[in-house]
Amino acid sequence: MTQPDTINPLDAPIGQWREYLRRRRTIQSGDVDELEDHLRGHIAALVGAGLAADEAFLVAIKRMGAQDAIANEFAREHSDRLWKQLIVGPEGAEAKRDAAGRREAFVVFGLAAAAALAFKVPALFGIGMYEDPEVMFHLRNVSLIVFPILTGYFVWKRGVDRRLWVWLAASFGVAAVFANGMLICVISECRPLFPFAAGASTEPLLILHLPIALWLIVGIAYAGGRWNDTAVRMNFIRFSGELFIYYVLMALGGGLVTALTAGMFQAIGVSPETLLAEWLVPCGAVGAVLVGAWLVEAKQSVIENMAPVLTRLFTPVFTATLIVFLGTMAWRGGIDIEREVLIVFDALLGLVLALFLYSISARDPAATSGPFDFVLVALLVSALLADTVALAAISGRISEFGFTPNRLAVLGFNLVLLVNLAWSAWLYVEFVRGRRTFAAVERWQTGYLPVYAAWATVVVVVFPPLFGFA
Amino acid sequence: MDIDKDLVAASATPLILAIVAEGDTYGYAILKRVTELSGGQLQWTDGMLYPVLHRLERLGHIEGRWGASEIGRRRKYYGITQSGRAALANQRQQWQAVDAALRNIWFEIWSPRRRAPARAPSYS
Repeated sequence: MTQPDTINPLDAPIGQWREYLRRRRTIQSGDVDELEDHLRGHIAALVGAGLAADEAFLVAIKRMGAQDAIANEFAREHSDRLWKQLIVGPEGAEAKRDAAGRREAFVVFGLAAAAALAFKVPALFGIGMYEDPEVMFHLRNVSLIVFPILTGYFVWKRGVDRRLWVWLAASFGVAAVFANGMLICVISECRPLFPFAAGASTEPLLILHLPIALWLIVGIAYAGGRWNDTAVRMNFIRFSGELFIYYVLMALGGGLVTALTAGMFQAIGVSPETLLAEWLVPCGAVGAVLVGAWLVEAKQSVIENMAPVLTRLFTPVFTATLIVFLGTMAWRGGIDIEREVLIVFDALLGLVLALFLYSISARDPAATSGPFDFVLVALLVSALLADTVALAAISGRISEFGFTPNRLAVLGFNLVLLVNLAWSAWLYVEFVRGRRTFAAVERWQTGYLPVYAAWATVVVVVFPPLFGFA
Repeated sequence: MDIDKDLVAASATPLILAIVAEGDTYGYAILKRVTELSGGQLQWTDGMLYPVLHRLERLGHIEGRWGASEIGRRRKYYGITQSGRAALANQRQQWQAVDAALRNIWFEIWSPRRRAPARAPSYS
């Protein structure tokens, strides 16, 4: 009689066979269980017929068929699985990992709901969302509501130690004080939480720069205490790009849902304005950040990153556009600069930086330079040329225009980007010529991250008092 | 004797459906039954059975559920469904038609009062 004990010596080779089979994308662990049951049944029968256990194992394995062939058959029947891998959550029936994935989903949706509700808290104190100074209040504080919760998610997920997260929380606290002019309202007379004069230009600047400064704190939490590691910072750059793409996708979906809801309610003669404008849109916009972050985390190893794919497509296109632009400019003999035109060049440098960052983020650091690297160099150099011409044209007249907060912010941001791209171009040329390693480029980019945050902090902290909250 | 691969593949569906229709069963038992029924002439590569089972399950002809073997190992049992019975009946008709046609021609070729083999038609 076959005792289960006689098969036990085979647990190791069967385990190995399982492991190999499990690596095929189209074979799930339930299938492997089924195949293993078959294998063991066959082995038991062969042993019962008088074969030694190891012989029985070999025969049964042989009869089972080559793993490639089995995997191909499974792929034909389950071609959907090549796609279904993209479903959220750690894939595989390992119950423990499943439970962990579910718990994380609960935590994330809980945090998203918390963020949405936190965004509605000011409404309890009579601060509506759409009246004039109050809409600015919400815009100023939205990153102060969402980013701490996002940071909390990473603190939880990475198990960040207490000393660090106390610092992170304190940073958010300090940011909240500055963003709402709490100090200034102690010193001089102003309405608490609303320190800015009506139509103040420093307020939109603060709204634009505060998230940039705070994003660094999120990054430190994302790194989970390894912020000084170039590779981790690079991961954070990748994460940021993917989150942006997911957010845009969710925004498109949200827009569709909103339009449809509005249409449906109007059809029955009810105005859905309060529901949509006060609840669905703001809460969705806030909660989507958390959900997006979670999706990026869950899918990072499963889906091809989209940001590098898009940069691959657009880098050559944009490089060509820039070169045509430079040619046109040379042919027309320089540019006739308008005063606000510098902001276009800020956008240009920002885009070039993004293209460059996400190109290098997907690059195999060990690979030698190829044609795409020359395109990148051309992109950097032409962007630098265009920007230098614009800067030269505007610097002659900047004293004539006078320093407004807007111009100063735009100029400062332009210089911050220009320095980064100039040095990046130099390093990249050196790399293409084989004089430096690719790691030098990565180190420079990741090392530069705090500079953006520093400049943004200056705009947030120094600009409003410097220009009298006007 | 090796049975042609296409023929093995074509006969897999009616065989599996019929065996499952005999009563709830599982993969290894199905293979054993196939060997038994064909007197060992019909040999499947064991691993290929499962994608076929999964296809039939997806089509709703059979229903799988997880249970345990006699010694407590996880095992997936399959049972036939209403649509499976219908499919089986349909398959049976088709195979009987093929079988009948083949029987007739075998009989005509190898029967004692065998006619002279037809000549190839000429188109002169």
